[in-house]
Amino acid sequence: MKRHLILFAAILAFLLMIGGVTAQDGVLEIFSWWAGDEGPALEALIALYNMRYPDVEVINATVTGGAGVNFRAVLKTRMLGGNPPDSFQVHAGQELIGTWVIANRMQDLTWLYEQEGWFGVFPQGLIDQLSYEGRIYSVPVNIHRAGVLWYIPDQLAEWGVSVPTTLDEFYSVCADLQTRGITPLVIGEAWTVIHLWDQVALSVLGADGYDALWTGGLSPAGSEMIAVWDAFGRVLDCTNLHQNAAGLSWQQATDLLVAGDAAFNVMGDWVAGYLSTTLGLTPGEDYGWADFPGTEGVFTWLSDTFGLPVGVPNEAAAVEWLRLLGSLEGQNAFNPLKGSIPARVDAVEAVPELYNAYLQYTADEWAKDRLVGSMMHGVVANERFMGDFNQVLDIYIQSRSSAGAASAMEAVCIQAGACGY
Amino acid sequence: MRNRQDRLTALLMLMPTFILLGIFVYFFLGKTIYYSTTDWGENPSQPALSENVIRQNIGLQNYQNLMTDIIQAMFRNSLTNMFFFFVFFVVGSVAVGLLLTIILDQKIVAETFFRTIFLSPMALSFVVTGTIWRWLLQPDGGLNYLPTVFGLEPFHFNWMNSQDVWFQFTWDKVPQYLTFVGFAILALLAVRRVLRQDWRSASFMSALAGIVILIFAAGVWDRIWLPLDVPEAEPSIAPKGFNAALVGVIIAAIWQMSGYVMAIFTAGLRGIPEDLREAAQVDGCSNLKVYTHIILPQLRPFVISTIIILGHTSLKIFDLVFAMSGPDNARTVMPGILVYTKGFRQNSFAQASAIATIVLLLVIITAVPYLYVQLRHHE
Amino acid sequence: MNDTHFSGAKFRHYTLRTTLYILLIVGTFVFLLPIFVVVNTSLKDPAAINLATTWRLPAQFHWQSYAEAIEKFGPRIWNSITLVTNATLLSAVIGSLNGYVLSKWRIAGERFLFPLILLGLFIPYQGILIPLFEFMRDARLYGGIPGLIIIHTIYGLPITTLIFRNFYIEIPDEMLEAAAIDGAGFWDIYTQIVFPLSVSGFVVVIIWQFTQIWNEFLFAVTMTTGAAEPITVGLAQLAGGEAVQWNLPMAGAVIAALPPILVYLILSRYFIRGLLAGSIKT
Repeated sequence: MKRHLILFAAILAFLLMIGGVTAQDGVLEIFSWWAGDEGPALEALIALYNMRYPDVEVINATVTGGAGVNFRAVLKTRMLGGNPPDSFQVHAGQELIGTWVIANRMQDLTWLYEQEGWFGVFPQGLIDQLSYEGRIYSVPVNIHRAGVLWYIPDQLAEWGVSVPTTLDEFYSVCADLQTRGITPLVIGEAWTVIHLWDQVALSVLGADGYDALWTGGLSPAGSEMIAVWDAFGRVLDCTNLHQNAAGLSWQQATDLLVAGDAAFNVMGDWVAGYLSTTLGLTPGEDYGWADFPGTEGVFTWLSDTFGLPVGVPNEAAAVEWLRLLGSLEGQNAFNPLKGSIPARVDAVEAVPELYNAYLQYTADEWAKDRLVGSMMHGVVANERFMGDFNQVLDIYIQSRSSAGAASAMEAVCIQAGACGY
Repeated sequence: MRNRQDRLTALLMLMPTFILLGIFVYFFLGKTIYYSTTDWGENPSQPALSENVIRQNIGLQNYQNLMTDIIQAMFRNSLTNMFFFFVFFVVGSVAVGLLLTIILDQKIVAETFFRTIFLSPMALSFVVTGTIWRWLLQPDGGLNYLPTVFGLEPFHFNWMNSQDVWFQFTWDKVPQYLTFVGFAILALLAVRRVLRQDWRSASFMSALAGIVILIFAAGVWDRIWLPLDVPEAEPSIAPKGFNAALVGVIIAAIWQMSGYVMAIFTAGLRGIPEDLREAAQVDGCSNLKVYTHIILPQLRPFVISTIIILGHTSLKIFDLVFAMSGPDNARTVMPGILVYTKGFRQNSFAQASAIATIVLLLVIITAVPYLYVQLRHHE
Repeated sequence: MNDTHFSGAKFRHYTLRTTLYILLIVGTFVFLLPIFVVVNTSLKDPAAINLATTWRLPAQFHWQSYAEAIEKFGPRIWNSITLVTNATLLSAVIGSLNGYVLSKWRIAGERFLFPLILLGLFIPYQGILIPLFEFMRDARLYGGIPGLIIIHTIYGLPITTLIFRNFYIEIPDEMLEAAAIDGAGFWDIYTQIVFPLSVSGFVVVIIWQFTQIWNEFLFAVTMTTGAAEPITVGLAQLAGGEAVQWNLPMAGAVIAALPPILVYLILSRYFIRGLLAGSIKT
């Protein structure tokens, strides 16, 4: 018995010696939620970085799952515990500013922008969402477009339906399709419904009204917002909300579109990546896209960016990483693999052959459309607001009361310090 | 037998556990409770993630908000979800586990093989389990279409999309229900003791039952529950009750855990050598009836362990629900999910701490008296 | 007369056995159904994974999923094995001792000690993540497997204590009294009587701890970095990305489920009746 114990203790001691972490020099830790099909894009950037700085070991630390909640849990735990990663991925806008910048956790990068001459290269609307009190705090690497209306041209032709350009047209198309047992608009789980709400709000309020909502120029409980909720209710009636939406991921919703069970889908342009790369469909022929009814000429954007936290162990290496991110080569190495467009307006025209038809179209739009930040993806409202907005949405869906939802939204705005409060 | 040195050794053996739990459970718990009384994450002028964030004490305001604010309806939903999940999950798992135990106790060929099959659901990672069940419970596919394999009509249950709510009630009636249930349980216990002629215990139980009624009649609840201004509009927003969407989660959870219940019961049946058991009780004859009379008493202490294990699983349930219906599905939301999302997604750390504390309080209020009674019986 | 009576009993016996086996096969089917979907999906080409075709078998078996999954999280398997083995054994042994003390020894305040330990079961991990992280950093245990072993051992103590305590209560006190009269002390009673009878208790505890720690994600992802991460982190990354290619995480899940299932197989043998009959001299 005793001999076994000693043996056991010895094995235990040996096994315990494995593990443990020591800090090293010449290291750069990149913290993101990119994995799976988004992995290659980041790896291309890291490879590019290693070409320039071969003596730096880049640690690609990713935390996936839970639609970013796991990532945030680990990041915030580390930040609060005083162990920041050298650079981490964060959405441009209030997700960056409202969480990290006002907490004095990010370093000012305006000097880097001046050094690299980035002021002429990123649209002002984008830079504004990276800045606080005149200073810039992160570098955008890509742009995704939210709220695109997707459809299959062959099926629309078969049903004799054309793409609606206003909400009223949409309602009549909706009525037509419903009589034939086709879901006019397919949605999925909770966040896709918020995504849809974003577009309906934009459509009803217009780009200026939408901006005003988030900066305090429009009351969340006012008559305009009640009109938004009314319209949203009508749009919801055209969806599969109560049939099978709760359990569908956005891909599964897209599958329904491709299968012909639904006519339209409102989703970001990662759908294009899914349709082209995974399903092998040709943009423009096998699938088509349009602006959400009533939002023509408006580009709802979101952006993945990287910043420089305060007190990181490898600051010099991190700054070089940021420099690479904002450069022409960096953005063109990353975005074709990611299925998004560069944040720089001059990137695509440098090497257009890297980008497919959809991305080239989107890049053109990015350069000339009216830009509006996506609420669902953290640009115009902070994290507190977005978390509680789920409750507002649920209140509306349960009660169908526009007034109730509007006043709930106002309460959420006040508590969260969003919507200009 | 138990000389002093041995008793000292016994106490010392427990010490490491106590010291470690003292830090990792009680100290951390203390911090959590402390955070729940602050405004961490509630004060726009003190961003939650600042390095030296100033947390001001706001007493029980977070708790008040959670119980009354219309924005926190999801939290109240999560409490009722947790309750119904607990009840049906425990009953279901114990029933299925018991069935499996009895079947496999009958000298079956390839017993080990079957046992492993029933245990195997536990081995799968939750991400995959939740996703698979999500697919299986799609209204337009999966389980609903299984009968078609046998040539029957497919089901038409909406599973996770269901908006049905069974056993509906309104939040302001909860004190009445609690009083009724508490009184019923205590009265039953009193009657049992009367039948056993244990007059002291019986009068104790009756006194407790009387106190419960008195508390209700004196309007003590009115001071704690109603004046918290429970939004009366809430019933029209979301009737409280057993959300039908939970059925899918319960089935998935029973699927995952009943194999383990079987393992516990089997260990209980087989663990103590038979000749020892029979030496300690009168032996009977070996037909089916007596089989039942021996099995159930033998399993009783293990049922208690099982209820505690399943209970703590259901209170903390997170991974499965998260994977099956995501963090934002109001029909299936659970307190564990809210602690996570409120804390790390919304930076409302004080609220998250308050939710964790409330769940813990519920456990303490219900489980500790029960355990206290059980332990007294043991002696 | 004799013949019909005899065949009546036999008939009942055979119908009973047949029903049992039918129930078992139905049960197997029900329990394995989701696992079938996992395996089925893991062998499909990503483009062919669709809700509508859940039940259809793949046209050709896409074994690459397994190769890819192993390549992506293979290096971490050793971390998980180290973690689970140490934490399970430690928490089981300590839990066994705790259960022994709490069930057979009268100590001051005993009635409160057990609930105090048990309360540790109900701590929500999400709620104490931040204090725990701060503590691990201060103790310089952050980032590696040893820290995670300690965490899982400690948080496993309440449940192992519970299982062993309720298990040991069933051991008749008279046995211990008899040994005490013969002069056995605290340790002798444990090693000679209690421990040998603990097999089933250890089986139940090991099944639970092995599974829980093997599949645990939150602490794994927060408390370790880089090369020290367990496989649950790698598994989650397989399910990452915008458009998840489900064949990969399904293949990963199958691979990751094999060690626990192996453990169940090995331990299931210890449920055999009469393993310990006659091992104790009464």
